[in-house]
Amino acid sequence: MEIIGERINGMFKDIREAIKNKDKKPVQEWAVKQTENGATWLDVNTGASAEDQVEAMKWLVTTIQEVVDTPLSLDSTNYDVIEEGLKLCKRPALINSCHADRYKIERVFPMAVKYNAKVIGLAMSEESGIPKNAENRVALAAELVAAADEFGLPLEDLYIDPLILPVNVAQDHMVEAMETLRQAKLLSDPAPKTVVGLSNVSQRCANRKLINRTALVMLMACGLDAAIADACDDDLMEAAATARVLLNKEIYCDSYVDLFKARKY
Amino acid sequence: MPVQVLRDRNSGKVAVVTLGATKEEGGTRSHTIKVGGEASLPFLHFEGENPYRPVIAMEVVDRVPEEWNSELKKVFADVYADPAAWAKKCVEEWGADMIFLRLQSADPELGNSSAEKCVQTVKSVLSAVGVPLAVVGCGIDEIDNTVIAAVAEACAGENLLLGFARQENYNTIVAACMVHKHTVIAQSPLDINMCKQLNILITEMGLPLDRIIIDPSIGGLGYGIEYSYSIQERGRLGALQGDKMLAMPVLGTIGFEAWKAKEANVSAEEFPGWGEQAERGILWEAVTATALLQAGMDILVMRHPEAVKLVKKNIDELMVPSAL
Repeated sequence: MEIIGERINGMFKDIREAIKNKDKKPVQEWAVKQTENGATWLDVNTGASAEDQVEAMKWLVTTIQEVVDTPLSLDSTNYDVIEEGLKLCKRPALINSCHADRYKIERVFPMAVKYNAKVIGLAMSEESGIPKNAENRVALAAELVAAADEFGLPLEDLYIDPLILPVNVAQDHMVEAMETLRQAKLLSDPAPKTVVGLSNVSQRCANRKLINRTALVMLMACGLDAAIADACDDDLMEAAATARVLLNKEIYCDSYVDLFKARKY
Repeated sequence: MPVQVLRDRNSGKVAVVTLGATKEEGGTRSHTIKVGGEASLPFLHFEGENPYRPVIAMEVVDRVPEEWNSELKKVFADVYADPAAWAKKCVEEWGADMIFLRLQSADPELGNSSAEKCVQTVKSVLSAVGVPLAVVGCGIDEIDNTVIAAVAEACAGENLLLGFARQENYNTIVAACMVHKHTVIAQSPLDINMCKQLNILITEMGLPLDRIIIDPSIGGLGYGIEYSYSIQERGRLGALQGDKMLAMPVLGTIGFEAWKAKEANVSAEEFPGWGEQAERGILWEAVTATALLQAGMDILVMRHPEAVKLVKKNIDELMVPSAL
């Protein structure tokens, strides 16, 4: 189960200030903290308010790589910003993300192949927005899978995101996302990987952490491989570790939780 | 019609462990041995590298093994009073890749040897042969903690393979391996979960992943062999799927288990339909070994030279890369 630590994001005040003042400390502390708690990837997002997005991305990537070896997930809607970040990444990175729009695919997939990066492909398009049901999501996922094949991106390097929405306002979407995951795994052999932005499911809800970890376990049972989530949420990490054992993906041992978090093994 | 060969893609592999140490490395061995490194299920060379052939460690006991049956004793009669001579014969006449020295005489009932005496025995075996050496105690924790620790210290730099660390008693031996630079045999009782847990406990003490050999415990042919086969298989599959806590080479005390069996010991007079005891015992040991080779065993601890010969031939054939 790959956890993409979500904390280094300019929408958080401390990161926003750090980027503005070129203050490495908060960024590096979060990089270390998320890694130590078991994050497989660190998401890097400059936030919308950063003046010079390219400079901000470059600064974040360099700053993080000073203190951890954890691979990075570069999170931006601007693909030039992502490319500048990719140039500085010491390890193969994850491009977060690409919609199922042809012109975006044409910009992102060749870039991914060039920089040996992986891609989060969203099962949505500008035209259709977030599809209402599983069937329409799967159709867009199929386009992304075909594109991977076309551009030479290995299928295990494509992470399909079935898109989950806050349960208080879009309660019917979780079930559709679960079905999308199941079907996405049948799209090809080898199958693409799958990912969600987990915290979305509990936006502005009560019991956010409870909703997050319950959703994670349910999605894992449908074939979820990765989640952009709060890597410092111990209960979440413990639930993920436990789900892996229950799904027979990891041989049980008494220290299975610590082992999942340790990651250095 | 061309057949498409389906190959599994594995994300992990078994760690490579080095046994013994040459003069340059701080020891006195003429050469070191590497085991492990498999990147596929056993011997599926077309699917992944199986870089190192399984090795045979012949068992030497540091006392005359009165309880062994007469056919087995006959083979060693001229050497079994002297572990060094016994080890030498194993290597020079019977081609043992390693020696597995069992310090049974440390047991109060079987000789009550002191730690110093055990150290001397180990040293004499080290002088007699150039192959890597494994050393295990008598099976009584309090005694083994002293004896194995003393052996570890006296032979610092040799990179011995020391056993056995178990979940109930691993601290002393693991600490000895860390301080004096040896490799440990982590033993679990036919339980994959405990096997994994023990490896975690050992690595938490600071011993690197590539200084651990797994002994999952085995049952001899007819006495639980399939259970140990399936546990080894699960462990290997876990290793291939990236589980580093199960990705260690495997050792099995083949001779110890196989020669316990009634089938290896009773005479032809008692069971006429079973054939001559000597040949029967040899085959019982050889088939225990070859079955567990199929499960991916890397170090086979064996007794009878004729069984060793049969198993070596089997290994030779299995290590030929498949023409796919």
